[in-house]
Formats: sequence, C-alpha cells, structure tokens
Amino acid sequence: MSAAATPSAPGSRRSEALLGVRDSLGVGIGIFPLGVALGILVVQAGLPLWVAPALSVVIFAGSVELLLVGMLAAATPLLTIAITVFAVNFRHVFYAFSFPLSRVRPGLPRAYSVYALIDEAYATYVMIPPERLTSTRIVSGQAMMQLYWVGGGLIGIAIASALSAPIEGFEFALAATFTVMTLDAVRSKREVPQALLAALAVAVAVAAFPDSTMLAALVIFVALLAVRYAVAARRRGVADPEPPDERPADGETGETGAAA
Amino acid sequence: MTWYLIAAIALGGIITLGLRALPFAMLKPLRRSKFVRSLGEWMPAGIVLILAVVVLRDEIVARGADWWMVLVATAVTVAVHLLAGRRILLSVAAGTACYVALVNLL
Repeated sequence: MSAAATPSAPGSRRSEALLGVRDSLGVGIGIFPLGVALGILVVQAGLPLWVAPALSVVIFAGSVELLLVGMLAAATPLLTIAITVFAVNFRHVFYAFSFPLSRVRPGLPRAYSVYALIDEAYATYVMIPPERLTSTRIVSGQAMMQLYWVGGGLIGIAIASALSAPIEGFEFALAATFTVMTLDAVRSKREVPQALLAALAVAVAVAAFPDSTMLAALVIFVALLAVRYAVAARRRGVADPEPPDERPADGETGETGAAA
Repeated sequence: MTWYLIAAIALGGIITLGLRALPFAMLKPLRRSKFVRSLGEWMPAGIVLILAVVVLRDEIVARGADWWMVLVATAVTVAVHLLAGRRILLSVAAGTACYVALVNLL
C-alpha cells in the first residue's frame, strides 16, 4: 500500500497513528457516504434519531445496520432480527484465519480491534505485510473507520430534513476499494490460484444463491481451499514424506483427506 | 418501542461481537496446524476478490437499467490504478468521481 514508501521507524507512536489514519482514508471515502445513507434512512423510517449512532456503536457492521433500519421500523420480532444478524455477519468467522491480530497489544487495544473488525479493516490490514504493522497503526486505522461511520450517520440525520434529493453514488468507493485491493493482491503469481478459486466460488454463489451471495461464496471458497490442501498434502506425501505433524494438524489433514 | 429498539440493537451487537471474537479464541490452539496456516495464507486475496464482486453486483442490481454505469466506473478505476502507479486513494477517487458524475448527471 501507499505506506510502503514511508520509512518511519516503528516506535514513534505519533507517526504510527498517522499511518493508521492514512490507511483508513481509502476505505473512508466509501464508509462515510454509507454512514450518511444510514442516517438518512433512520430519519426516513421515522425511527428515533439515537438509533443511527446506537447501531454504529453497538453493532458496527455496515450492511446489517442498513438492513436493520427497515426491520426495526417494521417492528420485526427479535428472533428474526437475531437470525438475520447471525446470517449476514457469519462471514466474519473467516477473518480470524488471517487478520494480523497478533500485531495488536493484548488487553483493551486487542479487544477493540476484534470488536471493530469490519470488512474494510480486514481488507486493509490483511494486505499489508505484518512486520510493517504496529498496534497503534491498526487500532488508530480502525478507530478512524468507525469515526467516519458514526460521523457519517450523524451528518446524514442532519441533512435528511434539509435536502430532498442528496447526491448519490458515493457508495461506489467501497466497490472501487475492493477492486483495487484485488488488483494488488494478485500481482504475485503465488496468489493466482486462490484468486481463481475465489472467482469460481463467487460465480457459483451468484448463480445458485442470489440472496446470500457473500456467505455462499465464502463457504464454497473455503471448501475449495480444503480440497486444494488435501490434494497438495497427498502429492507432497508421495514426493517427500515429511515427519508427522502435531496432533491437531494430523486431525485436520485426516479430515480433509477423507472429505476430498 | 424504546425498549424494543434497545433490545434489538443490543442483540445485534452481542451476536456480531460473538462472531468476530469466538473464532480467534477457537483458532488459538490450532495455530500450529498446517491446514489452518495454509488457509490463513490463501484466504486474503480470495476474500478481497469475493468482496469486490459481491459489492459490484449489489450496485449493478440496485442501479437497474443504468447497470452499465457500474461497469464504466469499474473500468476507470482499474485503468487509473494500472496506468497511474497503483495509488489506491487516487484510483478510488477517480472511479468514484466518475460514478457519481454518471449517476447524478445522466
């Protein structure tokens, strides 16, 4: 990312915080307008104004908040809301595999980092080599992202009554950010196989599960990676037999081998 | 109504936090597993691609008859990124400006 050119020595907390702010700018162009949209929706749905900041602080997960505004206005049963939140946010389960949480100081910073692990924070920090990341940088980046979101919501509330037809289309920044991150991710040849598997997974998901594309694509993607691992492990086992792994690893390979 | 809203939002918050925190706790003992490490290495590029496709598709669906605007703005984003030195902020700003102009002016 852009921070690659900055030779700042990790240690100066202020420069690390500034790096975090910089990390957040790219996704911020997308997060802020979505926050504004959330504020406008809350007003238009006739909900109390505190609902917008409450959603952004208590839940802090963009897509499901936008979804909940309509459900809250319709007094949807709590069980339905619980199931919806669970289904829409289940994708977060997969982020634990690769988010550089070990770079964040244990205690309060780490707890905040987990709580604020939105898609944009995952995508931003998983793309930077872990050795370049510090606790201060990650946490300040995530805090800025939440600031854009909460602040956007408040501004949305403010302009909902003033403007009848606000300017549209800023939400495209999120799509643009993920597109650009994909371009950067597949630059090295080693990343091409998983990109192709992900493309296959999302194509199948779009065709077969149009209502829950994101979750379906992730599940198919992980299944494909498991098959790939089993195939590679078998091939490796034939080429040069490796010493047996620790027990948990053995269990995993055994399972995937059986599944493939 | 107020208590319903508080209960619903708190419920959503607890479920979301659980989905974010529990996998980290569960994966800790599996850190040494080769399978888990391989997944951690392979997943980022794929997940970013999936996020891109899903968000773009949602935008195409939401745009209805003007779906082509999404494709034009995506092409501009990619072109700027590849031709202007892979600067994320610049590419995102150019693509978004193009999209906002198309949506609001046409």
